[in-house]
Amino acid sequence: MSGHNESILREPLITGNDITYAKITDDILSPVENKPNKAWWIGFIVSALGALLWVVAVSYTFWNGIGAWGLNKTVGWAWDITGFVWWVGIGHAGTLISAVLLLFRQNWRNSINRSAEAMTIFAVICAATYVVSHMGRPWLAYWVLPLPNQFGSLWVNFNSPLVWDMFAISTYFSVSLLFWYTGLLPDIATIRDRAVGTRRKIYSIFSFGWNGSVKTWQRFEAVSLILAGISTPLVLSVHTIVSMDFATSVIPGWHTTIFPPYFVAGAIFSGFAMVLTLLLVARKVLGLENYITMFHIESMNKIIILTGSIVGVAYLTEFFIAWYSGSEYEQYAFINRSTGPYWWSYWMMMTCNVISPQLLWFKKIRLSIKATWILSIVVNVGMWFERFVIIVTSLHRDYIPSSWAMFYPTWVDISVFVGSIGLFFTLFLLFLRVLPSIAIAEVKIILKSASEQAKKKIIAEGSEKKEYVDEYVESLEKFDSVKQEEYAKI
Amino acid sequence: MSNIKYILGSFGDPDELMHGIEKLQENNISIYDVYTPMPIHGIEAKLGIKRSRIDIAAFCFGITGTCAAFALIYFCAVIDWKVNIGGKPSFALPDFIPIMFELTVLFCAFGMVLSYYASTHLFPGRAPRVMDLRATDDRFVIAVDAKENAEHTVIDGLLKGAGALEVKYNERKYISYE
Repeated sequence: MSGHNESILREPLITGNDITYAKITDDILSPVENKPNKAWWIGFIVSALGALLWVVAVSYTFWNGIGAWGLNKTVGWAWDITGFVWWVGIGHAGTLISAVLLLFRQNWRNSINRSAEAMTIFAVICAATYVVSHMGRPWLAYWVLPLPNQFGSLWVNFNSPLVWDMFAISTYFSVSLLFWYTGLLPDIATIRDRAVGTRRKIYSIFSFGWNGSVKTWQRFEAVSLILAGISTPLVLSVHTIVSMDFATSVIPGWHTTIFPPYFVAGAIFSGFAMVLTLLLVARKVLGLENYITMFHIESMNKIIILTGSIVGVAYLTEFFIAWYSGSEYEQYAFINRSTGPYWWSYWMMMTCNVISPQLLWFKKIRLSIKATWILSIVVNVGMWFERFVIIVTSLHRDYIPSSWAMFYPTWVDISVFVGSIGLFFTLFLLFLRVLPSIAIAEVKIILKSASEQAKKKIIAEGSEKKEYVDEYVESLEKFDSVKQEEYAKI
Repeated sequence: MSNIKYILGSFGDPDELMHGIEKLQENNISIYDVYTPMPIHGIEAKLGIKRSRIDIAAFCFGITGTCAAFALIYFCAVIDWKVNIGGKPSFALPDFIPIMFELTVLFCAFGMVLSYYASTHLFPGRAPRVMDLRATDDRFVIAVDAKENAEHTVIDGLLKGAGALEVKYNERKYISYE
């Protein structure tokens, strides 16, 4: 039941004093129901220019072929697959938040899942465009499907991880979209019932006629839980299969069994960093400090320390195993990574992914919005370099020294990458305008149990032990949206 | 009073709503439906709604996906066109597993969600059957069929007594979207 009280030892998930159901709706829908402010327009114009650059660069690639990129016969994969893996990895946090945290009943996910899922979808769109454009002849992209054998050749090779990847990514994208949209239905209905005229008509179509009756909600919850249950292994499988694109080849530096867990941890790591990059800004600009609290930020930072450390251990293990294998080629691949011509990218990766996230052990840094925001960007830079290091440094010095080469990106490579960031932000900013950035219904569920005002009421009743109250009030110090003075009075 | 079709008790708090349901049930007044802006746990037991069988459907769809994937791969790689890869067996089951898993998830998710949409009559463009516009915002609404339950003043009293902020008498079943 919604009315039960949660222990006051847990930090509140919604802060503020006069939060009502109506206020939650008003607060969350204010960016959707009002005209955008200047900050939004500036962000949107800059992102849209980026997206335009992306259109130009991708069209150029389609027209001229992938010779437009800086690839050569030694380095046959570079920024394209780097960008692909980077975006897919970023996408993973959304599913993790919406699915895994739902299974673990982490209620703090309720106010960040919606935008994280949106981020997943946009990130996978960016990733998918890399896959399509790196095919060289994208109009034949449907050849990756197992089509009837009418071309006089073979079926697709079901033993190939690239074919698995096609199934994995398309399943991941469509299931994420379904999960996200089904979760959106009640919130779209909320917008619909408050809107008038054409807006009402449009939202009415997209709300699928949602009315919030008991049966609808009961089945909705069952569906959400099962979707979470199947999305959890799905998200793990997707990055596992992405890592198998590399791990099943016999290239030194790629051919390792550590890849699946290492890639999955890296994906969660970069995904949470991107969630923080987006939400720290969105929370401020949209005024959602009461719903995305310092507790949420700290929790995400803790996940970043954990996954960042897993990634760090994986780097060291990889290095150790290369030495321990006794294989000359494996050993050279790693010596070359850290001291060869691409040493700077290796150390960039090490610094950004392993060393700097350790700063989050300090509570002060973990609770500083500025520091967190900068670190979240540092992590994403580091994760991009990780993929670059894995891909390019493993390829650029192959078995014949005469074919050793370096990779130099062309303007097209750079534009596709920079443009994909523009595309991502364009989609995200549009999302903030037309759909609620926080799952309204899910936040309402926790209002009576896990909000600051509910806990304050319990304290005011005076039946809680004093040391509990003191500990709770102390834990509130980190919140930038809580006024400590009010507790002094009680 | 004869034109009234539905009596709506509009509550501001889910616990008061639950209280309202109890009160009505104690007085043998049948409840047509309840509309809330968020899921309320325990309400389905109170209203005697059976457990959803969507999980069984999900399992069936999932297992169909597994079988479909296996059948497709087996047909392509083992029956129709064997590829000789270093003399290894073409029936390489471990290699089939990733796609079998993905299609299990795909079939399960789409089958389940589409059956959910079908069973609750959700589809794009469907006219919303809404009795109270605030039921998706901040009100928890109990709808009582006014034709089946004739004692309107009793219902009114019970709802207000349980904490209803407002009691509405709707002359049309659905107020919105014409």
